Amino acid sequence: MEEINALFHGFSVALTPFNLMLMVIGVVLGVLIGVLPGLGGANGIAILLPLTFTMPPTSAVIMLSCIYWGALFGGAITSILFNIPGEPWSVATTFDGYPMAQQGKAGEALTTAFTSSFIGAFFAVVMITFLAPLVAKFALQFGPPEFFSVFFLTFCSFIGMGKEPPFKIVAAMMLGFALAAVGIDTVTGQLRLIFGWHELMRGFDFLIAVIGLFGIGEILLSMEEGLSFQGRTAKINMRIVIETWKKLPKFWLTSLRSCIIGCWMGITPGGATPASFMSYGIAKRMSPDGGKFGTGMPEGIVAPETAAHAAGTAALLPMLSLGIPGSPTAAVLLGGLLIWGLQPGPLLFVEQKDFVWGLIASMYLGNIVGLIIVLTCVPLFAAILRIPFSIVAPVIIVICAIGAFTVNNAMLDIWFMLLFGVMGYAFKKLSYPLAPLVLALVLGDQAEDAFRQSMLISQGDVRVFFSNGLVGSIMALGLLMLFWPLIGRMKAALRKSAA
Amino acid sequence: MNIQRAFSRGLLPLVAALGFMTAASPVAAWEPTKSVEFIIPAGTGGGADQMARLIQGIVAKHNLMKQALIPVNKSGGAGAEGFLELKAAKGDPHKIIITLSNLFTTPMATGVPFNWKDLTPVAMLSLDNFVLWVNSEDPYKTPKEYLDAVKKGGPNAFKMGGTGSKQEDQIITVAIEKAAGVKFTYIPFKGGGAVATQLVGKHINSSVNNPIEAVAQWRAGSLRALCVFDDQRMPYKDKVTATQSWNDVPTCKEAGIPMDYVMLRGIFMPAGVPPDVVAFYVDLFNKVRATPEWKKFMEDGAFNQTFMTGKAYADWVAKAESLHRDLMKEAGFLAKP
Repeated sequence: MEEINALFHGFSVALTPFNLMLMVIGVVLGVLIGVLPGLGGANGIAILLPLTFTMPPTSAVIMLSCIYWGALFGGAITSILFNIPGEPWSVATTFDGYPMAQQGKAGEALTTAFTSSFIGAFFAVVMITFLAPLVAKFALQFGPPEFFSVFFLTFCSFIGMGKEPPFKIVAAMMLGFALAAVGIDTVTGQLRLIFGWHELMRGFDFLIAVIGLFGIGEILLSMEEGLSFQGRTAKINMRIVIETWKKLPKFWLTSLRSCIIGCWMGITPGGATPASFMSYGIAKRMSPDGGKFGTGMPEGIVAPETAAHAAGTAALLPMLSLGIPGSPTAAVLLGGLLIWGLQPGPLLFVEQKDFVWGLIASMYLGNIVGLIIVLTCVPLFAAILRIPFSIVAPVIIVICAIGAFTVNNAMLDIWFMLLFGVMGYAFKKLSYPLAPLVLALVLGDQAEDAFRQSMLISQGDVRVFFSNGLVGSIMALGLLMLFWPLIGRMKAALRKSAA
Repeated sequence: MNIQRAFSRGLLPLVAALGFMTAASPVAAWEPTKSVEFIIPAGTGGGADQMARLIQGIVAKHNLMKQALIPVNKSGGAGAEGFLELKAAKGDPHKIIITLSNLFTTPMATGVPFNWKDLTPVAMLSLDNFVLWVNSEDPYKTPKEYLDAVKKGGPNAFKMGGTGSKQEDQIITVAIEKAAGVKFTYIPFKGGGAVATQLVGKHINSSVNNPIEAVAQWRAGSLRALCVFDDQRMPYKDKVTATQSWNDVPTCKEAGIPMDYVMLRGIFMPAGVPPDVVAFYVDLFNKVRATPEWKKFMEDGAFNQTFMTGKAYADWVAKAESLHRDLMKEAGFLAKP
């Protein structure tokens, strides 16, 4: 096997003490970046990129990609402990992770999240190792209609899954779409919905909305409930890791499905965020415990975390082999490659073997190093919940405010964050779901672009979404997901009438 | 800030003159007293972003400035966010901005209140080229063959992909349509990389990508370069693909499309900064231009390496502005007042 040889050559490139040290530094920095909302992987890498210009390119990219893995791991921590997703793809992790933490199972939730992340990333790296050239070609088949069909499938697999009445879900989703529409319209190049207020033209950033809706909203709610965090009984010893691992194998099917969804979304490049939402939605449909999702099921952490990391890792493949970044972080890394004099694209695998296989080997090693580091810290993270709420809450608010400010370096965003916080509180009181709003806010913009580009291509003919096998089958799958509850009900009715 | 500025501009030379420092000559020159914010009015990963981050890397690596240079993306409202910030930062010597054509197109298309005259021109770093690309599996070998096919296919049958709407790519598309009497369906995408990939995947028929956005696919044999929209050929004679160098790509003019367009990659500062501050940055960018990293970047991206400062630069910008106004007016892209 040619790939195996190349991979071992890669290990020999990556496994120097200097590079191993960079890996550890990278993962630790990455976890910190992932924990601080607003800093984010893309920002973190952009800030640290210049530091690496003096290193050889292979070492530099090893360190940067380890920051990337670390940030992917770190995003889960705040989602589970405080219901504040530090990254868009961690939102789905809060649905079951936060309830688990509230029930005193924070250690278990964290271990589940980290282990799933590792499995997802590992699956994707194996795929990159053996299928890189093949899979890269697949990404080329995605034009605007295909992109839209992927977003359509994500929305559909999410509708009708909440406990809330469908109309409340649709109302929340529509509000999300409206917020996503503020700012510049890519297709016409016009500003819209800013009402002459130029500060609004950058639109509503996802992070500000999420920090407010989830983080601040949650704190307002806790204040009302008597200033107490309910996660204080969290066990804090290392045995929790082993105990959790014993329970995980029974979720193998969810895990495998999430790996495939993640890889597919990372390559296409739909990205980690739709992957995590789609995987959560589908797991809920398919799992026998689907009805209990949202109340603190470990399976509800396995699905989004595995998919998000598989996608995050697979997103590096189109970047290396085609020069198209699958995520914002990959885009910054791409800039780095150019500065080091490497040209991403179909020839990178041929001309820069050392670099490519060193990077792939470092993906294996970086993930293992990352897993070890974060798992040993599980008790430490879980212990945070033991700190009294009256101390933690102000710290969280300050970190949230810094996070909101960092996104655009704008004071106005902190006010928006507080506004979203009040909104999140009101949503919870009136039992409107927050997730559809966030989903629509994150993906609304891209889904709209893809739809309108498709309409331009087809001169307004909707049949473009069924014009070839690929887009047709994704759309059909989406419709199936949308009407799944109805189909189930019809089946039951038929059976009744037959009996 | 004012105190800092007063210190750097007024007090320092005074202190020197009083004889507290022995070396008298170099103190007169202005130097940044805190880190310099380098605003990028575009998203991460695009052409302007890459160039800004390269400059940051060069400055750090070669120690060209005592203070740090920190790139900040302010891409809201097609870059208007970044320009408005600079407009508001009147007299601030610690802010610079790298521009692309949205310096002209954004205010014209959206009506956001700013103009390059609200800023101080520092230096033109280079001019970015545009190339007409088609998929290499298509039969068109010359611009004429392609445009004949577009004409034959009828209006809107051929799809031109580009970055953004009512910006440089669409302006060029409209200019081609005028020059050749054809009509494309223009499809806007968010970034140049996406456009190149869409062309490789045959979801669009052609693009006007910058060289650096499409060079990887050109080298891999997926794309074909038909012509460059500059008034002279690109000077780089090293082979990029197996058979062609950038210099082998004809200009669109010599291929029968009477038009040319280049995009400014230049540096501006807020209005009201003293001349010695501008002189400092001009000197800084001269040093950047002398580094091997910069030269390699210029060659990889097939940039037109024209460098201008002072009045020549301001005159060039003024001319470019009126050119953009004409092009956008003809295309009907100007914002309605």
